[in-house]
Amino acid sequence: MEYQWNWGVFLLPSAVNDGTYLDWMIAGLQTTLLLSLSAWVIALLLGAVVGVLRTVPHRGLSGVATAYVEMFRNIPLLVQLFFWYFVLPEMLPTAAGDAFKALNPIAQQFVAAMVCLGFFTSARVAEQVRSGINALPHGQKNAGLALGLTLPQTYRHVMLPMAFRLVVPPLTSEFLNVFKNSAVCSTIGLLELAAQGRQLVDYTAQPYESFVAVTVAYLMINVVVMLLMRKVEVLVRVPGYLGGK
Amino acid sequence: MFGSYEFDWSSIPGSLTFLGQGLMVSLEITALAIVSGIVWGTLLAMARLSSIKPLAWAAAAYVNLFRAIPLVMVLLWFFLIVPKFLESFLGLPPGSDVRLASAMIGFALFESAYYAEIIRAGIQSVPKGQLAAAHALGMSYPQAMLHVVLPQAFRNMVPLLLTQAIILFQDTSLVYVSALADFFGAAYKVGDRDGRLVELVLFAGAVYFVLCFAASQAVRYYQKRLQTA
Repeated sequence: MEYQWNWGVFLLPSAVNDGTYLDWMIAGLQTTLLLSLSAWVIALLLGAVVGVLRTVPHRGLSGVATAYVEMFRNIPLLVQLFFWYFVLPEMLPTAAGDAFKALNPIAQQFVAAMVCLGFFTSARVAEQVRSGINALPHGQKNAGLALGLTLPQTYRHVMLPMAFRLVVPPLTSEFLNVFKNSAVCSTIGLLELAAQGRQLVDYTAQPYESFVAVTVAYLMINVVVMLLMRKVEVLVRVPGYLGGK
Repeated sequence: MFGSYEFDWSSIPGSLTFLGQGLMVSLEITALAIVSGIVWGTLLAMARLSSIKPLAWAAAAYVNLFRAIPLVMVLLWFFLIVPKFLESFLGLPPGSDVRLASAMIGFALFESAYYAEIIRAGIQSVPKGQLAAAHALGMSYPQAMLHVVLPQAFRNMVPLLLTQAIILFQDTSLVYVSALADFFGAAYKVGDRDGRLVELVLFAGAVYFVLCFAASQAVRYYQKRLQTA
């Protein structure tokens, strides 16, 4: 039996008559982008805070930050996702749990997926921020303290402005990972790119076309992110460092 | 503080055998993917560093493609589509179920792209003079790689390879999408059956955490010993 290629399938009206199959793919792409970018914002904010805390000379604070990182790095993303989606709403105070369950199902899936991806990625961002801070010469911190700055001031005005710039190139691969990891969220029913691709297989019986289209979409996301990050890397490059060339 | 939820852990003790079988499946997939990942990854890394340009390009394309797409996609490809292709291509009888084997192969092919990058870096960390010295001793290229370069490269890479193995073990939970009864799949089934998903997800998370945390601490200890030795 010969396979009938039919790229025109994307222009056909969908089985439930809400536009074409191409519209499904675009909707999936939009969800993937929105989910990944909002999770990335959460990851950068939390990751920066936790990464800094891991380097402070305070047993309690750095211990909490280390526990945070180890916890999110040693549990599979899928299990974390099921935790945020199925478990946490049950364990919240009744009012908050009910408020979550009162949201429409799509919003529930999206919020759980966003928070999950954000926290998961923040642990990885924190590790990069920590190694960026540790890569600074010791003299910088000492110089800041010798000038009479307090430790928080030294962080704010001396160490972090340098560390955040050094950390940008290694963050590129974490940024790429957010988009790839977002595909895991199809398992709780969120209709992002991978899920739309799978749905197309069920509805159109043209599996090759739909999977090729989804794969190409992920490749395009990769290329765009890499070009974008290269621009950012040039902007923040520190003259005199090897990475700065 | 836990709202009105009442925990009931009673469905776990009776299911331990089933969960244990799931864990064995996860470990088997992990072992299989590590072995094939390292073998296939080594070949890919050598191809990528080869002076034969088309070979190097093909290996680079393979590695970059698999690293650009999500594992979930790869598993779906190999679970839903590749079996149909194989059936018509190899003329298999329609009844034969190659879906699980196909998903496993997809998993191994995916992970080997990540191993290839680690191994490539490992090979590049060996000084050039080593290869030249091996050639000067009259060794052919395969001999030089096998007896001189790769043993040193692998020694440098051990911590990274082990760390990747921990990531791979966590990745195996995603075979959930292919209906393979791994540890997480088993935990989900028990939770779904008894209406105790909350407890089973927490239990699965705890087991994964203990295993992965212990393994990563062991890797760290080993790495420290390597540095001081």
